[in-house]
Amino acid sequence: MNNGAGKRINGGVEEDDDEDDVNGGLDAWERTYTDERSWESLQEDESGMLRPIENQALYHSQYRRRLRSLSSTAARIQKGLIRYLYIVIDLSRAASEMDFRPSRIAVIAKHVEAFIREFFYQNPLSQVGIVTIKDGVASCLTDLGGSPESHINALMKKLECSGDSSLQNALDLVDGYLNQIPSYGHREVLLLYSALSTCDPGDIMETIQKCRKSKIRCSVIGLAAEMFICKHLCQETGGTYSVALDESHFKELILEHAPPPPAIAEFAVANLIKMGFPQRAAEGSISICSCHKEAKVGAGYTCPRCKARACELPTECRVCGLTLVSSPHLARSYHHLFPIAPLDEVPSSRLNDPIRKQQRNCFGCQQNLLNSGNKVGLAVVCPKCKRYFCLDCDIYIHESLHNCPGCDSFRHSKAAAANED
Amino acid sequence: MASAPSKLYADDVSLVVVLLDTNLFFWSSSSVSFSQFLSQVLAFLNAILTLNQLNQVVVIATGYNSCDYIFDSALDLNRGIENGRMPAMSSSLLQKLEKFLIKDEQLSKEEPEGRIKSSLFSGSLSMSLCYMQRVFRSGALHPHPRILCLQGSPDGPEQYVAIMNAIFSAQRSKVPIDSCYIGAQNSAFLQQASYITGGVHHKPQNLDGLFQYLMTIFATDLHSRSFIHLPKSVGVDFRASCFCHKNTIDMGYICSVCLSIFCKHQKKCSTCGSVFGQAQSEVASASDKKRKTPET
Repeated sequence: MNNGAGKRINGGVEEDDDEDDVNGGLDAWERTYTDERSWESLQEDESGMLRPIENQALYHSQYRRRLRSLSSTAARIQKGLIRYLYIVIDLSRAASEMDFRPSRIAVIAKHVEAFIREFFYQNPLSQVGIVTIKDGVASCLTDLGGSPESHINALMKKLECSGDSSLQNALDLVDGYLNQIPSYGHREVLLLYSALSTCDPGDIMETIQKCRKSKIRCSVIGLAAEMFICKHLCQETGGTYSVALDESHFKELILEHAPPPPAIAEFAVANLIKMGFPQRAAEGSISICSCHKEAKVGAGYTCPRCKARACELPTECRVCGLTLVSSPHLARSYHHLFPIAPLDEVPSSRLNDPIRKQQRNCFGCQQNLLNSGNKVGLAVVCPKCKRYFCLDCDIYIHESLHNCPGCDSFRHSKAAAANED
Repeated sequence: MASAPSKLYADDVSLVVVLLDTNLFFWSSSSVSFSQFLSQVLAFLNAILTLNQLNQVVVIATGYNSCDYIFDSALDLNRGIENGRMPAMSSSLLQKLEKFLIKDEQLSKEEPEGRIKSSLFSGSLSMSLCYMQRVFRSGALHPHPRILCLQGSPDGPEQYVAIMNAIFSAQRSKVPIDSCYIGAQNSAFLQQASYITGGVHHKPQNLDGLFQYLMTIFATDLHSRSFIHLPKSVGVDFRASCFCHKNTIDMGYICSVCLSIFCKHQKKCSTCGSVFGQAQSEVASASDKKRKTPET
């Protein structure tokens, strides 16, 4: 294209015309039309619906790569299940930039709301607090608490951006708050950083060392560009640093922080936490609830120690301070403690095995594993029970269900495999 | 904890996945015979299919040694030869059920006495959830799925983690789990499943009239449930049991590493081996931790 040549003739300051040369001067978005021709890879499946088959296999292979990298390093790695997380949101001038539509701060707010809900879904015993940085000063928006609504409501009210951003002030503030939490909790900070600079009153390296000594795991998601200081912070404290390319990538990055991260053993002292399991109050009983301070009828929970009424679980009893949970809240985290092994891909050499022909349907959803035209499609097999599953069931089992239907459906697994032969 | 928020359903097309308990040990000691039970269930399934042309029914049998799909009304194989006395649907279902029962019995092995004879409920629940995901993938105009569990066997404590995983996944996908318990005692798993996912739990008092209970309570589609009064579950017990004695406790101690529940203060956690009160130096070795459930 003429742009590249034009720049050179003008003796432009930039030296990076090499890239334009190599591609014949085409921009990246133009290349997708000439080289990649994505419309040609669309095909129809047997019911006439459009189905880009390569994309599905591509998605699945990306998913499996990710799973393998997670499981190979984290075979039985302990996870920090009781987490105290501070979300630090940068409300400096840079957050009002409009390179993310409609503005960076709007995108951040939307995804932080989804993240908070997902976080409490996956970690019911954990607590979250929000800190904002504005005009070079960090202030606490909400204290550490276990109720998602209070955090989301507070966040949505205060989204004005101005001034500079200060990393050191934020870290100092968070360090002060996190030093007060019990020793069995895992301390974490998630910084959503839009600025490209930081205005600090003192030596930020000292603050980073202080955070490291306090065993706080800091992770940063940048929205602008990679910064050395953020990378250094994450490396020193054992967190992860990533920079978002666009809105969907940002969503993916932030939701990666919802499941519990691998715990570093020395960071949290193992302790026995006293907890109460309240029963539901009898229907029709009237009592004054401790959270709203008004009389309510029935449908609440009675603290086993002081008999005060609470409206929802999990919570801390306002009268005696006992943590109140119900057994499903604990059960929600059990799949982190008993993870299932990833399913193996069926190698193409075994595709025409007689055993393979017997299991024509996916064991979970009974979908036909053979493609139309009797070509053998992609399948995965469980290493323990030797049952075949389709790709969609594989993704569902690992992301949501955390049970292998084949292993659970046979009491004596060796007998089942032998039976099929 | 709150039960699942109800979804707004636009119409009354439903897909019912029925988990049928065929546990030999339960039926041999039950007051009602399996054939009586089955005839009532077959009448109920036929009734569901007549309520709406687009309704679908899938039956999964939950045996003692295995689980399998028995019937799917969406497949065309059911338009088979009609017997003079039975419609085609029932005959194909009964044939497959018989094959399944024979295979299930062949898989039996010698087992030590004293084990609770529970059926493989977690397996059939997982299979039904995979089937639902396939239905969700089939496009926007899919029937509204729900699960109906006809269980009589007692709860197997070794399945606790798997059943809870399945329940949370059902809650996530907004699939209600209805349960009709036909055994002697109460089933805590079924009560929790129905409460958490927003389904209906009922224990019929008179099993001779099972068809009436099924038709009046469990045949209601999800859209009509906002207008019809169904039995509400009161007193779902969400208290936990301690790992050491299996007693239900009001207050207990939780290990901060592995979330095991104890009723008394201890020096060391029996599940993960962490010593309380000091920083751990090593992660517990992988060999110690098999897929241990809370009550092993």
